[in-house]
This record gives sequence, structure tokens and C-alpha cells, in this order.
Amino acid sequence: MQVHSFEKVWLGAALLLIVGFIATVTYGTAGAGVKMVDDSGGEIDPEAVKSGDTGTGFDDPGVVRQNDSHYVVYVVAQQFQFVPGSGDNPIRIPADTRVTFRVTSADVMHGFSITETNINTMVIPGQVADITAKFDEPGTYGLVCHEYCGAGHHAMGGSVEVVPKSEYEYNGTEVQN
Amino acid sequence: MVFVDSYPKTSKLVRRQFIVAFVALGIGALFGIVQALHRTGVFRGFVSSADYYTILTGHGVLLALVFTTFFIAGLFGWAVTNSLERELPQAVAWWSFRLMLFGSVLATVAILGGVLGAPTVLGQDLSADVLFTFYAPLQAHPLFYVGAALLIVGSWGAGLAYFKSLWEWRAENPDERIPLQTFMVVTTMLMWYISTIGVAVEVVVFLIPWSLGLIDQVDPLLTRTLFWYFGHPVVYFWLMPAYLVWYTILPKLAGGRLFSDPLARVVFVLFLLLSTPVGFHHQYVDPGIPAGFKTIAMTNTMFLLLPSLLTAFTVVASVEHGARQHGATGYVSWLRELPWDKPAFTGCMLAGLMFAAGGFSGMINAGMNINYLIHNTLWVPGHFHLTVGTAFALTAMAISYWLVPQLTGKRLRRRSVAVAQPYVWFIGMALMSNAMHRAGLAGIPRRTAEPTYDEFAFQSATGSVGEMRLQIAIGGTLLFVGAAMFLFVMAETWLAHRGGTLSVNSAIPEPLSGPEHSPRLLDNYKLWTAIALALIVIAYGPPLVSMVADGITTPGSPPFPV
Repeated sequence: MQVHSFEKVWLGAALLLIVGFIATVTYGTAGAGVKMVDDSGGEIDPEAVKSGDTGTGFDDPGVVRQNDSHYVVYVVAQQFQFVPGSGDNPIRIPADTRVTFRVTSADVMHGFSITETNINTMVIPGQVADITAKFDEPGTYGLVCHEYCGAGHHAMGGSVEVVPKSEYEYNGTEVQN
Repeated sequence: MVFVDSYPKTSKLVRRQFIVAFVALGIGALFGIVQALHRTGVFRGFVSSADYYTILTGHGVLLALVFTTFFIAGLFGWAVTNSLERELPQAVAWWSFRLMLFGSVLATVAILGGVLGAPTVLGQDLSADVLFTFYAPLQAHPLFYVGAALLIVGSWGAGLAYFKSLWEWRAENPDERIPLQTFMVVTTMLMWYISTIGVAVEVVVFLIPWSLGLIDQVDPLLTRTLFWYFGHPVVYFWLMPAYLVWYTILPKLAGGRLFSDPLARVVFVLFLLLSTPVGFHHQYVDPGIPAGFKTIAMTNTMFLLLPSLLTAFTVVASVEHGARQHGATGYVSWLRELPWDKPAFTGCMLAGLMFAAGGFSGMINAGMNINYLIHNTLWVPGHFHLTVGTAFALTAMAISYWLVPQLTGKRLRRRSVAVAQPYVWFIGMALMSNAMHRAGLAGIPRRTAEPTYDEFAFQSATGSVGEMRLQIAIGGTLLFVGAAMFLFVMAETWLAHRGGTLSVNSAIPEPLSGPEHSPRLLDNYKLWTAIALALIVIAYGPPLVSMVADGITTPGSPPFPV
């Protein structure tokens, strides 16, 4: 097969670029510690989520303190709100603390994305999405449902209030560990 | 001889396919401007925000499925007929056309039912506001799923006609190499057969019985996975026909010839091998899928850059060769010598240029970790309006200026409108797409009627959100004008009388490096198909097994009509 010399150079450069891209993604995982959303959240019956009958934190969604340095937030997404998150029920969490968001759906597919962060997951009925993060900067962050979920989809938003660690008052259920 | 006189039967079929494609383009473009004005808040008087999603579904299905599939069927019919020098097998080809048309009409009726107040048909509300991706458990009327399935089954029949043509030609020419255009068509159709299995299983096994009430629930993650098994390769089903045009016709329009036939074949074989085992890259942020499978998809996706990067080289080299044949010199100044007043040439070149930009944003999408930033934001439609909405659509429109005269025997009318049209499209898309990409970086979501929220406001790093909205609205309006200009030129040409001689013909010049320089192994479709299937089993086997291990409809969701 005849491959012209310029083609060979181009081919080599293209392969180098591709391998470089794969290397940066690999570094992001291994070096910088960017973890993908995966199957660690497990499965759940969406109809039980709807009726509040799962026997998990989703039956009374909200912030649950594990210990001083780790909080878990159970969020149920449903047409057309986040519980907690939407309206006058924002998600309140401390800054500089490990926070795990556990998100699932009570009906159709939704999205869960916190603006100005890389917290972004699909919310699929039957699946639980687990994302762990730490917020350095206190403030109010936007919460968006980014997957079309029905005629009121555009109204489905919310907010996350990140409070300085020293001012954070935990008023949820007691430690569950 | 003009193509229509040499092959009158195939010409008639291709003309029918193009008419359906152009009608879909017209309706889809109309829906497009309604959306652009609605979501930016410039004008919301056409539809309510609830009905916006019906319009969005129509825009996606009519443009990304109906327009593309019919145009590709026509283009491929021309390419196979032209390169094998024989009429298509008529019975198969016409039956496939009827099936595709029937399916498209059913799906369109189901979608339009949503705008007409969802009348009750067959005991269910006639609506299909489920968008192009139709994710369960949101449910459409059964006619929508049946229509989509028929469109795809019909396209399989179109492929069968090309294969039959090739088999007949092979019997008469056992020792010759498969002509390049037919090689490209057949490779693309093999890829299409393999990749549409996913959506066929999703629709026929799960969604149709579920929408008819025969089964209670479906597994949303499994059906979504089957959709994306098809949903990324379909992108290459749009792109490979554009590549066929860029490789085989564009060099001729530039006054030259293809640089390398063997490399063109290698590129198409790479697409056959790598197009399908990449679908999980649309599910990087899905729960329920182990990170390892996402990594395999990421690696395959990155290697899928290779055939597109090779294409960039070969197409630019061929066009440069064409310019130098006409006395052009210099490293860059040869660009001036190209026929920028030929609408077919200009359209293809501008489409290719925009595709380069779309390719770069695609590389970002493929990056597993940075995907977090832009997943399901407005960045994504910004990206695919460059690839499908320009690389494919503008190439299709441009090559119609060259092809339709040969299919009708009529000279192109309104030439000045045709010359301006690709530039209008290019400017409109430049405005709309760049604003969409930037809005995506600010976190503004896609697929929403009103991207403003009570609880917070979006912050943008560069420029203001209001300025981005304005750009999207102006860009969307220019794109609508561009589509209207194209349809106007087509209608005038189509309705004119025959007369005079055509300045275009379907003869394709020999490449600089011909097929004799490529190994015969490249024509071994059985081998490539087997490798392609093996790669798919590696990428999809284990995750699919784990999804169905607990029962194929578990964890399941009952339907939610919209």
C-alpha cells in the first residue's frame, strides 16, 4: 500500500494527539482524582421512592450527618422539583467538608447539575447516583434539571447554600452510622 | 449523457427521496426558528412553553432522522448507480422508499398531534413530546414508535438494493476492485446495520409492547443504553455520506482529483470498526454503569478521531492539488484560486471548515472528566449543530446544487441566491453555535423552553447571558433564511422546463493514487464486519449482561404519558 510521506507525518501526529488525550484523561482519574459517577450507588425501586417506602434515606430526603467531616444529602428528583433543593427548601451544607449527594428519581429521567462546579449527573429511575464533593467557597449555587422531564421541565431548578463551616448548624436527623 | 437520461428509473427514485428530504428540512427549519426565538425569550407567541417540547421533538426527528435518512438514501442511490454503471434493483428500492415514507408520516402525525391538542387516537392521546432521544419512562403514542421502527426497517431495504447492485456487478466483473463510491456506500450501510440493531431492539422488544400496554414496565437504564448503542453511530451515518461527497466530488469541483484512494478506503473501514463501541461516551455521567466500561468507550472514541483527522488531510490535499492545477502557487495563496463562486464547492468547503470547529468541541465531549462541565448543557447542541447541522446539512444542500440538475436534466435556477446561501448558513451558524458553546460553559442547560430560574441566575465568564441569547436568536433566524433560500432555489429549478445543456456531469476523475495501490484485504467485508462485532461484544457485552441479569425490565418504571 502506498502512503505518501506527508500522510505518514500527519498520521503520526494524529496518533500522538489521540494518545495524549487519553493520557490527560487517565491523569485526571489517577493523578487529580476525578472520579466518574458509576454503579456504586446501587439500584432502587422507583415506585417505592415515589411512595416513600424504600427503607432508605430517600423516604425522608435531606442532609444526614455521618460525622464531623462527612455529610450525605439524599435528594429525590420528581416532576418538577428537587426535594430538597427547589423553591424555599434549598440544600444547606457546610463548606470545606466532604459531602456526598445521593440522587434518585421518583418518576422519569432528570438531570442534577450544580452550576459553577463539575457536579453533574443523570438521574435515572431505578438507579442511585453518588457524587462526593467538597465546596471551598461559601455562597449560593444554582441547581438545574438538565434532562427534559415533561411539560414543566423548564421550571425545575433549585439552589445549594454552602455555609461557612463554623456557622453551619445541623438540624437534620441524628447520626445514622 | 446526463445522469437522468442514462438512468431514468434510479433518477426518478432519487428525486422522490430528495423531495421527502426537502419537505422535512422545510418543516424542521420552521420549528427551528420557533425554538430559537422562544428559548431566548425574543418572541414566545407561537407556542406555549409546554408545547415548546413538541416543536423540539419535531425539529429533532424531522431533521436528524427524516431529512438525513431520505437524503442519504438518495445520495447513495446515485453514487452506487453512477459508480457501478447500472440501475438500482427497482422493486427492493421502491419498497424500501414506501416503507420509510409510511414510517416517517406516522411518526410526524404522532408528533404534530401534540400541537393540535392531543386528540384521542386508538384509545390514547396522540402526542409524542418525547424528543429525539425518546427516553423511557416518558411515553409517546404507539404510532410514534411504530413509525420510527418502519423508517429504520425501510432504510435496511435501501441498503439491500445497494448490496444487490454490487453482487450483480461482482458477477460480471469478478477481478475488478469495487469502485470507491460503492465501497463507501457499502461500508456505511454495514455500519448502519450493526448500529441500528440497538434501537430496533429497544423499540420493537420494549417500547412498542410497553406503549400498547402489553408489558407494565421497562428498565430506563437498559433502554437508554440501547438507544445510545445506536445514538452515536447514527452520527457517523450522517457524516460518512458527507465524507463521500468531500472525497469523491469536492476535488473535482476544485478542478483536481482525489489525492489517495487507498487512504479513503482505510478511513471508511476504520469508521466501520470503531463507530459502534463508543456509545457509552453519551453515558459518562450515568449512574448504574461501572467506570471501567466508560473508560473503554473513551479510548475507542479517541481513536475514532483518527479517520476524521486523516480525512482533513486528504480532502485539503486534494483541493490544494485542484487549485495548483489551475496555476495557483504559495503556501496559503492557492486558496484564492478556488472556485468560490460555485455554490456546490463553497458549501462543501464552508461545511468542512465548520466541521473542524465541531471536531474540536467533540474532542472535549469525549474527554471523560471534562465532560462533567458540559454534559447536557447548551454546549452539546452547539457542538452538533456544527457537525450534523453544518457538516452534513450544508454539504447536502451544496451538493444538491450540483446533483439535482443531473437528476432532473434542468439547469440550476436562481444561481445568485444559491451562491449566497452557504455564506448565510455559515454566518448564522457561527453566531448561534459560538454563543451556545459559551452558554454551555456557564452551565445553561439544553432542551428547555425557558432557561431562567426562580432560585438563582447564571453567571458568565465572558460576555453577558443577554448577549448570548441575542446571538442565538439572530443566528437561528439567519439559518432559517438560509434553509428558505435553498428550498427556493430547489423549487425554481425543479419546476423549470428542460432546455440547454448542463454545465455539470457525474463523471468522477481518477485519483492520484488509485485503488491498485491498496491491498485487496480492504475489500474483505466479512473480515471487517467480524472485527467490528468483536469490538462491540467487548464494549457492550459485560454491561448489558449486568443490566439484564436481574430481569430485562428490572429495575422498571411504569409509563409517564406527557
